[in-house]
Amino acid sequence: MRAICLYLHMHQPIRYREYSIFDVGNSTNYFNDDYYGRQSNERIFKKVANKSYHPMLNLLEKSMLKHPDFKVSLSITGTWCEQAEKWDPELIAQIRRLVQRGQVEIVGETYYHSLAFFHDLDEFNAQVMAHQQKIQALFGVTPQVFRNTELAYNDQLAKWAETHNYKAILAEGWDKILGQHSPNHVFLPTGCSNTKLLLKNYRLSDDIAFRFSNRGWTEWPLTVAKYQQWINDDCLRGSLINLFMDFETFGEHQWVETGIFNFLDQFIDSWLSQYDNKFLTVSEAAEIEPPVAEVSMPETVTWADTERDLSAWASNAMQNSATQDLYALRPKILATQDPKLISDWRHLTTSDHTYAMCTKYWHDGDVHAYFSAYASPYEAFMYYMNVLRDIEYRLKNFVSAPKI
Amino acid sequence: MLGWELPPHNSGGLGVACFNMAKALARQGAEIDFVVPYLAQHPDVDFMRILSATSLDPIHRYGGGSYASMQIDAKIIPGLDTKPLSIRDVQKRYCQYVRKYLKTHKPDVVHAHDWLTYEAGILAKKQHHTPLVAHVHATEYDRAGMHTGNPLIHEVEQEGLMLADRIIAVSESTKRIIHQKYHIPLNKIEVVYNSLDENYEKSDYHFDTSLYNYVTSLKKSGYTIVSTVGRFTIQKGLPYFMQAAKLALAKNPRLIFIFAGDGEERNQLINLSAEYGIAKNVIFTGFVRGQKLRDIYSLSDIFVMSSVSEPFGLTALEAAHHGDALILTNQSGVSEIIWSALKYDFWDTKKLADEILAIANNPALSHTLKNHIQKEYHQISWTKVAKKCLRVYNNTINYKRGN
Repeated sequence: MRAICLYLHMHQPIRYREYSIFDVGNSTNYFNDDYYGRQSNERIFKKVANKSYHPMLNLLEKSMLKHPDFKVSLSITGTWCEQAEKWDPELIAQIRRLVQRGQVEIVGETYYHSLAFFHDLDEFNAQVMAHQQKIQALFGVTPQVFRNTELAYNDQLAKWAETHNYKAILAEGWDKILGQHSPNHVFLPTGCSNTKLLLKNYRLSDDIAFRFSNRGWTEWPLTVAKYQQWINDDCLRGSLINLFMDFETFGEHQWVETGIFNFLDQFIDSWLSQYDNKFLTVSEAAEIEPPVAEVSMPETVTWADTERDLSAWASNAMQNSATQDLYALRPKILATQDPKLISDWRHLTTSDHTYAMCTKYWHDGDVHAYFSAYASPYEAFMYYMNVLRDIEYRLKNFVSAPKI
Repeated sequence: MLGWELPPHNSGGLGVACFNMAKALARQGAEIDFVVPYLAQHPDVDFMRILSATSLDPIHRYGGGSYASMQIDAKIIPGLDTKPLSIRDVQKRYCQYVRKYLKTHKPDVVHAHDWLTYEAGILAKKQHHTPLVAHVHATEYDRAGMHTGNPLIHEVEQEGLMLADRIIAVSESTKRIIHQKYHIPLNKIEVVYNSLDENYEKSDYHFDTSLYNYVTSLKKSGYTIVSTVGRFTIQKGLPYFMQAAKLALAKNPRLIFIFAGDGEERNQLINLSAEYGIAKNVIFTGFVRGQKLRDIYSLSDIFVMSSVSEPFGLTALEAAHHGDALILTNQSGVSEIIWSALKYDFWDTKKLADEILAIANNPALSHTLKNHIQKEYHQISWTKVAKKCLRVYNNTINYKRGN
């Protein structure tokens, strides 16, 4: 048997607007920019919904009706759900249908798409729990497999997943760590005995996610036949192909004009037309074979950039100071038991915010600039700190509601 | 190359830019004859031939010693009392010299800097079909704060830009002005940014804090020093900056603003600072240059370029060299190539105040900006400028041959 495990990540941050120092103490509207503003969450969400969420979900549903064996795993952040509920509830309904058909599995993660695991374990637990409740409420299932934000993974996280009874955990299949192993197997994280490790086949994943429309790529254009041949060849190293990527690859990173939807549509047909080829969800994939080896990642590995580390979120003084100042407020924030204040604070833990402050490649004007909602990393930091200042201001002036 | 001034006989950035560009071009193998409108020694120039079009003292290169448009008007309005020598007279003599020069010389390409030399450049084109490259360091629109300015100068600019085979603009925003206000097709205009004078970096300048005890003591007690340097003219947008200073001071009184320079807006600005009730936090230094100017950069934490229109904006690179965090208007050319800076639109006083406060209140921001700009401004070099100019020359020459 040869199996593809297609896992797609669905996320939209709730961006803070260009919140001025003159707003501090006067306005608690951090997250609602004008509709046509640069940080308008509503406008951006609706744009991506049209370009990606709707056409892609339709494609998936059509394929699922056609092939009862076609399965997909999705990780859906709480911040994505909040926005979909507000601006496009049909998306939630459609995903729920697919979950009920048993062809979509939902993966667990943090509600706020945060890196809390590396800063505050209590907060991390609280956010995973919040996410679990949200997923249960919207889709009626409880996640059995875990992925951390940006696939940020290390041995400690695997141990955490085992104590929380996850069947498996997802991570990047980075050569430097795998050595002679291929990512096309089930692994056991060091220190675990039950929780399995599934590793992203980053070459075959990135062929679609990053290179598909790149005309400078020697393999352009990527045809279904060619891609299937690559997968067949790669199966010689192990017969589980883990294709992990952003959901928005389809329609947003690779536009409809590139032919990405047709490619996927035909690929699903073509793959399933061959005897013994399958699509598996992440928990099915974790059980196709006993773990072939133990894998240890003492240092954190992510699926970001060529460095595969956390440097895009924590490499300059602005990022470090913003993160420190944020998490330092936590005890006081929770002590207020004020739902609005706690929610506002938690929305600031979203990792996209610190990513927008990244200056690593800033002068090259590459992906970091392209995906940013702010004019520069410096402005991103400036407005973030203003919001934080206002939260501190609210804390100072907080008077708890009288108990009845 | 046709220019109007070279250091040490320069009044502003034009001379410095021409000097550095010619030097870098010579290093790339270009043979340059540089025509200036006056007679003087240039001790630092051994890389090209300097030709004097007149025997005037450098002081008279802009006519009777000023740039005033009255003197130009005098040439076309009969009966108006004329001063001994107007800038038009100097230009005429400059042209005569170039005409004579062209009888014995046939350059491969003529590179003319700003409106003052365009007419002479056109002569070469007429006589030998020599390709003409017009270099725009500033337009009359910039000088007049985005108003029309002097119609005669505009006219000369228009003719030069139309007859030039290729135009070099010092920034994208200058390119846009040339396109929008002079109706030149975009594909005729190439952008080549300026760079920082290498002598500026090499100099053995040392900052002596003991000369500035007052400001240094303020800094020690937590004050942030915000400065700007330039001519106090409508082009620089300083009243907006003063308004932002007022807004910022209302939130954080530990700010000192240094306005270094002089010009026709000085009294208005002093008045404004009093009217806003912030005079105690605003320092006017008067005109500064050399060591004093460097001291101001060194004292400052933040350098603001508030220009309504700034073709390039070399002072920003100078301030970066001295370790300042930069705030630039989106209307300045330098903001197109500098990434490690905060930016704003010149009218957006609230945003400028926001940015000043953010740097003053967040050490991490100030540190990151200063750190990154240090690495960044070094990547801009005159050698790169020269290579780009050579490419423009060769393309123009080849194109002309092809026709």
